[in-house]
Amino acid sequence: MVTGVSRPLGARVAARLAADPRIERVVGLDPHEPPPALRADLAEVELIRADPRAAAGAFVDLGAEAVVHMAVSSAPDAQHGGRQAMKEQNVIGTMQLLAAAQAAPALRKLVVRSSTAAYGASFRDPAVFTEDTEPRAVPRGSYARDILDIEGYVRGFRRRRPEVPATVLRFAPFIGSAAHTTLTRLFAQPFVPTVLGRDARLQFVHVDDALEVLHRSVIEDHPGTFNVAGAGVLALSQAVRRAGRIAVPLPEGTLSSVLALARNVGIGEIGLDQIDLFVHGRVVDTAKLVREFGFTPRDTATAFDDFIAAHANGSSVTAARLAAAEQAILDGIRRTRAAVTERAGISEKASAGGDAS
Amino acid sequence: MLPGHADFKLPKPAAPVKVNGRRPIPEVPQMNGHPEEPAAAEVAETRDAVDIWDQRVARGLAFLRRRLAGAYEVDDFGFDPELTDAVFQPLLRLLYRDWFRTEVFGIEHLPADGGGLVVGNHSGTVALDALMLSVAIHDRTPAARHLRLLGADLVFRVPFLSELARKSGATVACNPDAERLMSGGQLVGVFPEGFKGIGKRFADRYKLQRFGRGGFVSAALRTGTPIVPVAIVGAEEIYPVLADVKPLARLLGLPYFPVTPTFPWLGPLGLIPLPSKWLIQFCPPIPTAHLTEHADDPMVVYNLADQVRETIQATLLELLEKRPDPFGI
Repeated sequence: MVTGVSRPLGARVAARLAADPRIERVVGLDPHEPPPALRADLAEVELIRADPRAAAGAFVDLGAEAVVHMAVSSAPDAQHGGRQAMKEQNVIGTMQLLAAAQAAPALRKLVVRSSTAAYGASFRDPAVFTEDTEPRAVPRGSYARDILDIEGYVRGFRRRRPEVPATVLRFAPFIGSAAHTTLTRLFAQPFVPTVLGRDARLQFVHVDDALEVLHRSVIEDHPGTFNVAGAGVLALSQAVRRAGRIAVPLPEGTLSSVLALARNVGIGEIGLDQIDLFVHGRVVDTAKLVREFGFTPRDTATAFDDFIAAHANGSSVTAARLAAAEQAILDGIRRTRAAVTERAGISEKASAGGDAS
Repeated sequence: MLPGHADFKLPKPAAPVKVNGRRPIPEVPQMNGHPEEPAAAEVAETRDAVDIWDQRVARGLAFLRRRLAGAYEVDDFGFDPELTDAVFQPLLRLLYRDWFRTEVFGIEHLPADGGGLVVGNHSGTVALDALMLSVAIHDRTPAARHLRLLGADLVFRVPFLSELARKSGATVACNPDAERLMSGGQLVGVFPEGFKGIGKRFADRYKLQRFGRGGFVSAALRTGTPIVPVAIVGAEEIYPVLADVKPLARLLGLPYFPVTPTFPWLGPLGLIPLPSKWLIQFCPPIPTAHLTEHADDPMVVYNLADQVRETIQATLLELLEKRPDPFGI
């Protein structure tokens, strides 16, 4: 059973699992109708339109053996009720799903989508987070707070059903040609707002690698919490430059108020989560994932290159143009110097001639 | 004929006139015990058929292009080696060589490769000693090693400063970061006195302050990394702190607010450090590989921290005898 199939990632997970011959039956559970674009993906998936409250009944009827909980949204969606609905879905939805899962005797596996936002953001944080780093303070971003609540419910589930392997996957922000998140929309614009005086270290994970990890965690047994990210780091300024965008640094206070204003009038969806990410950056250690899954996601720079290739039309300062400008300046300097040298040579001769006369 | 062109030659009787801001006669090479600069090679290159200024311009433009296109590498801690080597180090080297006339002893005690924990005394109101130490290590080790400094979290709170620190290889002073760097074979620099060291008054100069809880020792023990104590003389005189205005410091959220003979009286001019003479002495490394299982034993940790402290204090006194005049040549 896969929750959250009305969203691209959930739908792709469900489709991928449905294509695997080892899995008999895949059921997608979502309170919303999947958009037409995702219909093709979900051809093999049985859809049940129900919110997690109804999950308890569904569990018993279906005898689900594995639950992949993807119904975790990272940003409020104005079409589906904004922050209220987001919290309802993330926190209350997870609580009810896990309560139902706890009572389902046939359940053999639980996979929950989490995020590296679980580490919070503090100036005293270590540079690299391992799975057992505790957040130093309750984060101010709504998504990060939801993630902490969700992980809390999973801990409760593990305590009550210790025989069911529960996998929590803490994903770095998704990127790739097909990714659509708040962050990718931000990088797709020609101008990217950044925080003045801060240059966060970012890590991404390619969507295809995230799917691979989700797939493996359903097929294989990997109980525990895992960071899922591409190795390596891009500084925010570096990422903006590589994407050929122009960074617009704003002081943190101004940025917060501008974004709050934008949110209130209903445009933009950048929250405190993104500001925290842009101030502090977030880098995780993926050694545990590589060791236990035997799978290495492609590194952050490669994943980001894939994204750039798909969004090349919004870029203004591309590497090719820079190289051309470099060549032009170099040629210009060479030509000027050659001309000056020539003129100096002529005047030298002239003065030599003048002396002689 | 332009200077810098392949056929350009200096006028025969080489009077020390400035040509393009560079003196034609190389500076006294053996000054302050620094290795001789490859001046001869540079001259030969000028005579070479290739135009040296053309190369320089091309190299500069290529550097700019790489920076603007984001075509460089940053490690997990945000360290940007290209920017550090091309921009930060040359600027700091001016202070290091020409302003403070730094002399370095015992560089052979630093491990040539692999991890190491460099522990120093801290002084000088702003942490210039840490920066000078990193220049000394980069310039004098054969492998041009980078020192990865551990800084107080206050540094990482301040916009701009935090990014400068990260890009030059520093990170927050906490055990996970220190252990990750050391097990990655990096040279880590730590100043256990912290703000107590740099904020102390001029009257207390060269008296080591308390060494915290010795967290640096347990990090070294856990990774089996040798500890290299280092004594730095000279930083105490750059901004002699006469008084510390505690209420003002509390108001500004700083650990101390220094009053020196020039600051805050002369405004920005008061920020110019006094040109004291600097000596840096590396002491023989203390191996820790055999103590790895004692990393959590407070007695072992405390004794080792004390040993490091005593070594630095004794070396400081020795160095002070070598340097009778703080502002001498």
